[in-house]
Amino acid sequence: MAVQPIRKPTRLEPWQDPGQKPYVRIEKVTKTFGDFVAVDEVSLSIYRGEFFALLGGSGSGKTTLLRMLAGFETPTEGKIFIDGVDMAGIPPYERPVNMMFQSYALFPHMSVEQNVAFGLKQDGVAKAEIKERVGAILDLVQLGQFGKRKPHQLSGGQRQRVALARSLVKRPKLLLLDEPLGALDKRLRERTQFELVNIQEKLGVTFIVVTHDQEEAMTMSSRIAVMNHGVIAQTGTPTEIYEYPQSRFVAEFIGSVNMFEGRVVEDQADHVLIRSEDAGCDLYINHAVAVPAGATVGVAVRPEKIALSKEPPVNAAANAAANADGRNVTSGIVREIAYLGDVSIYLVELKTGKTVRVTAPNVVRRTEMPITWDDEVYLSWRPFAGVVLTQ
Amino acid sequence: MIDLLRRIGLWGRGMVVAIPYLWLLLFFLVPFLIVFGISLSEAMLAQPPYAPLIDWLVDEDAGTTKLQILLNLSNYLRLGGDDLYILAYLNSVKIALVTTVCCLLLGYPMAYAIARAEPSKRGPLMMLVILPFWTSFLIRIYAWIGILKANGVVDNLLQWTGLTTEPFELLYSDWAVYIGMTYCYLPFMVLPLYATLEKLDPTLLEAAADLGCRPWKAFLTVTLPLSLPGIIAGSLLVFIPSVGEFVTPELLGGPDTLMIGRVLWNEFFANRDWPVASAVAIALLLFLVVPIMVFQHVQGRQTEAGR
Repeated sequence: MAVQPIRKPTRLEPWQDPGQKPYVRIEKVTKTFGDFVAVDEVSLSIYRGEFFALLGGSGSGKTTLLRMLAGFETPTEGKIFIDGVDMAGIPPYERPVNMMFQSYALFPHMSVEQNVAFGLKQDGVAKAEIKERVGAILDLVQLGQFGKRKPHQLSGGQRQRVALARSLVKRPKLLLLDEPLGALDKRLRERTQFELVNIQEKLGVTFIVVTHDQEEAMTMSSRIAVMNHGVIAQTGTPTEIYEYPQSRFVAEFIGSVNMFEGRVVEDQADHVLIRSEDAGCDLYINHAVAVPAGATVGVAVRPEKIALSKEPPVNAAANAAANADGRNVTSGIVREIAYLGDVSIYLVELKTGKTVRVTAPNVVRRTEMPITWDDEVYLSWRPFAGVVLTQ
Repeated sequence: MIDLLRRIGLWGRGMVVAIPYLWLLLFFLVPFLIVFGISLSEAMLAQPPYAPLIDWLVDEDAGTTKLQILLNLSNYLRLGGDDLYILAYLNSVKIALVTTVCCLLLGYPMAYAIARAEPSKRGPLMMLVILPFWTSFLIRIYAWIGILKANGVVDNLLQWTGLTTEPFELLYSDWAVYIGMTYCYLPFMVLPLYATLEKLDPTLLEAAADLGCRPWKAFLTVTLPLSLPGIIAGSLLVFIPSVGEFVTPELLGGPDTLMIGRVLWNEFFANRDWPVASAVAIALLLFLVVPIMVFQHVQGRQTEAGR
């Protein structure tokens, strides 16, 4: 379900390198509209060349944060630095930033070429150079032959690319994208995701993209900040966010997850044991948590990390410690099966009454599958599968 | 009956369309043809004061009956031959143009401010623009007489500030006409301008600012071109009735404020020369048809571009 990040980590990532200075620094920024706190003391550092995603539901403050970077909103408190310069009091038209709007905001009375040339004209670039740069950027977004058209004569995907070309033609160091793929259909969205990443790598621009689509954020970005009610819930690489969520909100927001409640009964340096009424078994996880024994915690287990079998699982050597005494093994009855082609989703009702979601790749054809409705099945997972969540 | 109507396509949808057509036919085309007919006849002392266009000549001696149609084009020739009419036309156009420009200069900022006001305030503000319509037009013009006359509100104010020492009369001049007409027609400019400016997507201005465009330049390159349909609609709504305006110049203008509306009035009622008056009216109409057609052409193109 989750697409692996397409960038190959070839060098030390900038956010791990203490010698790197952040390109964008957001310091304790708060924005209120009347009584409503849209952004609440957010601090972030974003580095040159990053593809940074602000991910959150509607009303999470992600767009407000982006608009403050562009200069359309003024922070109520806190400071924003871009390339070391305090942005307070600098109007949008003087910021070294360009934005791609969710609605694209193409000028309806101008042709595609005029739209793209608009920003260059404001800077007083020579006519010949404008022509050359507009032509080059339109070729980059594969709209070379559409220069004379008006926006209303283009399809949604083409408009999106005009908007991208218009925001890139000024060669900004920082490009802000507000739900850039929101208006596109699924197939076009997937293709455009890869195009965006290619363009970003080719031009070396820092991208900050706002999105509510977790899959989009996972595919494209180097790092993600998950926002909720104006606060950043977690910042990290897509893998970190998916595999090691720090809170229930993040675990549940990104992908789907089974959440078991339980009590810590054993906390060692290399593992933790949690007794869960919910799951109907003890949960063994191979990392330590910093909570006192007896504390109530949640354990998140991703649906694709759970194995289904009709026979009790065999204790493989690697899992011996984990699955001893029936740890990480429970059983239930298959209530629903959703066949999605590549994978199937099983909803299994445990004896405890809890419904668990399991996804399994369809290695064999649907008709030959051994597990069907109302079968009693065993669910098991490995010690690294669970994540203990205290918040 | 219904069957017959159905057969000729005058039932259902046809009926709905037929009603406005019938209305226009009865109350626009027929009167227009009557006036056009009068404009081609000869004035005479009679009731009505013009010679019939079509006449049956019965010659009892010869025992014949002839159909006589007399078309008198001299009325139109008179319009071209007499300076009075040409000057009146030119002066009307000048006054209408000045009025339109004044309305535009005053109305645009008003419409813009209302369109950018908080949504809850837009309704009451628009209401204030339309409110004067609820009072009689004549009473409002009479009020202006009180404001503009010697020892009126404006004059007293000027004397009080010491800008003038002598009594100063603004009334009965072209200035008074401009003020009165701009006042009268301002709502016709504000309404269509507001309609286009309100629809204008504010993110377009943000996009312009984001691309390095200063606010005043964004106004010139984005807001102004996109509000052009409203400017054209408002200007025509002000210009067309202004050309033929009669009451305001009659009440506020001086004796030398020559406008085609007054000429028309004089020909009809003072000279009782209905044919010439009709010719003036027809010429004025033809003269106004051109801007309407230009307007509709532009409007049609804009709607297409907006799709």
